[in-house]
Amino acid sequence: MKPAAFDYLRAATTSEALEALAQQGGDARVLAGGQSLMAMLNMRLAKPKLLVDIMRIKELRRIERQKDAVVIGASVRQAELLAWPALAEALPLVALALPWVGHMQTRSRGTVCGSLAHADPSAEMPLTLVALGGEVLLRSAKRRRRVAAKDFFAGMMLTARADDELIEGISLPIARDGRFAFREVARRHGDFAIVACAAMKTSSGVRLAVGGVADVPTARDWPRLDGTALDDALNAFAYELGARDDVHATARYRRDLVRMIGRDLIGEVLQ
Amino acid sequence: MTRLNSNARHAVRFTLNGKPVEAEAEPRMLLSDFLRHQLGATGTHVGCEHGVCGACTVIVDGMLTRSCLTLAAQVDGCEIRTVEGLAPSADRLGVLQQAFRRNHALQCGFCTAGILMSLDHYLGENPAPTEAGIRDLLSGHLCRCTGYTPIIQAALEAAAQLASPTKETSDA
Repeated sequence: MKPAAFDYLRAATTSEALEALAQQGGDARVLAGGQSLMAMLNMRLAKPKLLVDIMRIKELRRIERQKDAVVIGASVRQAELLAWPALAEALPLVALALPWVGHMQTRSRGTVCGSLAHADPSAEMPLTLVALGGEVLLRSAKRRRRVAAKDFFAGMMLTARADDELIEGISLPIARDGRFAFREVARRHGDFAIVACAAMKTSSGVRLAVGGVADVPTARDWPRLDGTALDDALNAFAYELGARDDVHATARYRRDLVRMIGRDLIGEVLQ
Repeated sequence: MTRLNSNARHAVRFTLNGKPVEAEAEPRMLLSDFLRHQLGATGTHVGCEHGVCGACTVIVDGMLTRSCLTLAAQVDGCEIRTVEGLAPSADRLGVLQQAFRRNHALQCGFCTAGILMSLDHYLGENPAPTEAGIRDLLSGHLCRCTGYTPIIQAALEAAAQLASPTKETSDA
């Protein structure tokens, strides 16, 4: 359980990090808080030739409130975002979901963007990004681009990030008198979710986003539904997510959770 | 920019429990191994080596940190606290450690160093903790001996004692 050998680069500026990624391409991995990547390295599931440590890049350590969105830089730790005084008011869904990310001992080091880069299908931050319809801000030595949450997650632990790109940050829309709900079922608090759901009221009805079932967190919008129409919609959604049996839970149990939690949360936000 | 080559050892310096330390490490060396093998600070234990068990938890610049999920190279220049820094002197245990002893909050002791560091940090920030808060904190640690109940008892007792620091209830 020791990592294979790699070069270690401590970048002082974003351009240094981008330059290294441009040169080394797919043989390089970006190291932020390390709470996902270091475990992958220790188990040798990842064997990069170069680690680019971005945690001492000052310009990436920012939580910036803009008119309609909050931009969270790549080196903002989960605990730092949790402690941001405006969190509950500007990003209420993040305030609900973030305490479910890992444990206090990992949130203190792990970054918000690192969790997105890792793209575990059961992780809470990817689910939150998809539920809110946020954007990922990608940058390479040559260009910058913004990718919508639903296009960013390409599969289990796969994202739209190119080898030479750095996730500079994310942009999350600020809540406008919205109602939000989040719930997760896991073996223990802090373990990976068997099913996690986020719901929010939208202008036309309601949105439910589900993690832990499909390969990527998936959101669905409905007009205001209730009674059997809601049951039918949730049942169809639960099947469309393509749940599989695994060591943690059966596919049927996952579908049950989507139907039950989905109904509860939608009831909560449409109250 | 600092680039450390994979096949060489490089000097790593930081402050360990208030004292400056220095040793050499390859870039891939984990902080847990650096503490134990290079510095001989074997109070920090190594359990699962992928961030799940919490035995290797230390404090880096005031942040609870899994030392097995941290490279020695990452903490160059940082301030690190480990279980060796908890006792006020070589012949006296700290308040939290005494409470662990009184309450049988350890049996085999393998997980204890990490739990002590988490609780030391937590009680510093939450001088009047609740049982629920302590349970939430302990979800980041695995203990296979105690069933956690004596650990929670010890933490609450230590918090109460720290709130009224005059009483010494043990010579341990």
